[in-house]
Amino acid sequence: MANDPIHQFQIQDLTAPVSIGGYEISFTNSALFMGVAVATITGILIMATAKGSLVPGRLQSVGEVWYEFVHNMVRQVLGHEGKKFFPLVFSLFSFVLVANMLGMFPYFFTVTSHVVVTAALAVFVVGLVVVVGIAKHGLGWFKLFVPHGVPLAILPFISLIEIISFFSRPISLGLRLFGNMLAGHIVLKVFAGFVVSLGALGLGGIIGAAAPLAMAVALTALEFLVAFLQAFVFAILTCVYLNDALHPGH
Amino acid sequence: MDADAAKLIGAGIACIGMGGAGIGVGHIFGNFLAGALRNPSAASAQFTNALIGAALAEGLGIFSLVIALLLLFVA
Repeated sequence: MANDPIHQFQIQDLTAPVSIGGYEISFTNSALFMGVAVATITGILIMATAKGSLVPGRLQSVGEVWYEFVHNMVRQVLGHEGKKFFPLVFSLFSFVLVANMLGMFPYFFTVTSHVVVTAALAVFVVGLVVVVGIAKHGLGWFKLFVPHGVPLAILPFISLIEIISFFSRPISLGLRLFGNMLAGHIVLKVFAGFVVSLGALGLGGIIGAAAPLAMAVALTALEFLVAFLQAFVFAILTCVYLNDALHPGH
Repeated sequence: MDADAAKLIGAGIACIGMGGAGIGVGHIFGNFLAGALRNPSAASAQFTNALIGAALAEGLGIFSLVIALLLLFVA
């Protein structure tokens, strides 16, 4: 089908297929766009910080706003102690933001619309929470699952709920980003498909096709908002989860 | 019933859950706006919390969408 809304998510080998021990490791369009995202971030930030004038130019302002935005977020949620996590949160935010934004270009591949990418990021974040928590508080970190001031009778149930909610974090964190990007791009393609199939009906259809075309334009604007918002949400939830590693006693 | 037909009906039923997420997100932003209009000076400090709440509520709707997509394309 020519206008299959799922086709855009297909992973294609760009070179000849390479596999080692049964695992495919060939260079795909997904790998290409991850590289493009990293190159874009690095390029913009290097160019933004190259001059370093007192009155910032346009590009330097972009770099400063970008930095300040993440810096305020980390300071607001994690406090002064969380400063050492700033590079991590900044990298995660930038990668997700630029990957989402690159996906908005026609014919570009959206890296974050694959659950394997977002789940890897999410599992890394929650794994880091466990490692930092145990490194900082030792076994006392497990107080996270035993809230203070709960009656002894219902404590086992509360602990169970806390443990389940902790283990569902990587799932929800990864699926949220994946689902938003996947659903948004499918909706865009479906409305674009309406324009084509209405236009094929003749003059009346072409006039009627203005409605889904306007909708597709509006949805594109919405998708830019979602692309930014999901990067922001991913970064701020990373901060909130890291806060549990630093202060487990609620 | 045909297995494919049951799959399509199941995907449709799974999407009902997204309505709940819609109610939840609307509730959060509606209440945020109501609070913000009463005390505009405190609003900007709480906007981040509103976004976190909206993201958590929205995530649950995304789960039901993922179930629907799994039924349509994977199962």
